[in-house]
Amino acid sequence: MRKLAQSLISPTIAGLLGIIALLAILQLAVSTGVIPKVVVAKPTAMMDSIPELIYKSHIITNFFITFGMTLAAVLIAIVLGVPFGYLMYKNHVVGEAYEGWLAAMFAAPIVLLYPLFLVIMGRTYGCLILMGFLPGMIPIVIQTRQGLLNLNKTLLNVGRSFNVSDRDMFWKIMIPGAAPNVFSGIRLGVMYTLVNIVAIEYLVDFGGLGRIVSDLYFRYEIPAMYAAIGFVILVSVIFYWAFGKMERWLRPA
Amino acid sequence: MAETRVIAAPASAGFAWPKLGVTGVRILTIVAIVAIWEGMARSGLLYKDVVPPIERIIVATYNELLAPAFYYHLWITFAEVAVGFVVGSLIGLALGIVLGTNEYFRKAMEPYLNAIGSTPKIIFLPIIFLMFGVGMESKMAKGAFSGFFPMVFSTTLGMILINPVLLRVGKSFHLNQWQTITKIYLPAMVNPVIVGLRLALGVTIIGILVAEIKFSDGGVGFRLIQYYDQFKIAPMYAMLILIFALAAFGNFGMTKLQDKFNWNMSSSGKKSSSHGSLRA
Repeated sequence: MRKLAQSLISPTIAGLLGIIALLAILQLAVSTGVIPKVVVAKPTAMMDSIPELIYKSHIITNFFITFGMTLAAVLIAIVLGVPFGYLMYKNHVVGEAYEGWLAAMFAAPIVLLYPLFLVIMGRTYGCLILMGFLPGMIPIVIQTRQGLLNLNKTLLNVGRSFNVSDRDMFWKIMIPGAAPNVFSGIRLGVMYTLVNIVAIEYLVDFGGLGRIVSDLYFRYEIPAMYAAIGFVILVSVIFYWAFGKMERWLRPA
Repeated sequence: MAETRVIAAPASAGFAWPKLGVTGVRILTIVAIVAIWEGMARSGLLYKDVVPPIERIIVATYNELLAPAFYYHLWITFAEVAVGFVVGSLIGLALGIVLGTNEYFRKAMEPYLNAIGSTPKIIFLPIIFLMFGVGMESKMAKGAFSGFFPMVFSTTLGMILINPVLLRVGKSFHLNQWQTITKIYLPAMVNPVIVGLRLALGVTIIGILVAEIKFSDGGVGFRLIQYYDQFKIAPMYAMLILIFALAAFGNFGMTKLQDKFNWNMSSSGKKSSSHGSLRA
């Protein structure tokens, strides 16, 4: 019976049906008071709060604030991270000296440094961009170095045989060869940057999406808060999906 | 066929780095950071006390280590981390095993797990506060929620990557379910589970500290933000140093544990599937 059901319904449809069933149970449980509505909002109430979220909380504008800060932080991370990764590849002493430190920093709770930057820079967009840039740059540096170390030696030898200048060697052989790794680093960097920026927005009640969730919680607008959290999940999924697609395009099987 | 002669590249094209060893570069970096910090502290460019001189931070760290209140808050954080880590890891491990053995269920669940796994977990804090209040329970729940994802991803991947030949050999020897678990699954799962535990511990600690910073009345995260709110900057830096040292110590311990298991597996001639989480 179970096998028959599995052969008739694809896993994607089954997953979707599971979510719909979960929402229906939630609706029923909140409507009947089994789950207090001050704790969990009814799914229909969340849907009803979407216009309020758009017109009152300006969630779209705030999305662009978070997006803009993420983009700025990632761009700075790329501009500084790729050359630094190249330096670590070119000079093995520098590479070895910083490799362990970068790996340790990657696992460190960098988000907790925010009071340090707040006291120096204040509650500014610059502070948030800097806090997003720090965790975003580390995977870019590590992956750039790794990509260059894994370069096909034949490509480098062919370049040298044609007396290619250092500049052309870098732009025409090394960067295209290391691109899949560099892009993996950028994808990780984007996700870490987004996570950190939203986290600090939420912690300091400043900026875009994170601030909205915090605001709605303080105002006790529970359905709108749930809808805003749903919106943040949607944004993360879009980022994750888009960068995953681009990475697969750059790194064919 | 024409042959292309390889011309050796010049030995050191471009920037010539001073002849320093790895330790030399590290020492130079630390000296440069200390010099920049001290320069900023004494320049008067920033508000007074925003960047205190290093000796004041060292004294504050020393005082913090002697303060009984620090250990009280450390104990609170430790209890929260312990409960959150155990609960999150166990649930992640159980679900990972189910997802690893049931392909249909995995395909149905994967998009949703990936969606929530890639979302900043801090955004769920208001829901956790509504459900568990602002006491220690909410920090434990946040820690469990954060730690669950790396564990489930790592365990699932470990299950998927178990060599099917081993399972077929087990079947041909008529191993029962218990023997299959203890003789095949468990040895092959040790490494992915340890990797998952290491990642889970890191994110559990961060998740709990962030929750303490937002709303709490105890824990080292609370103590850190209390110093910030009271503009006690040197103790705030001291707390940051201690928190980073504790997080590094936890990570180091888990890495050593992972290395130990790797060594045991390789020395006993067993091959394990050494992989990280589904998402790096």
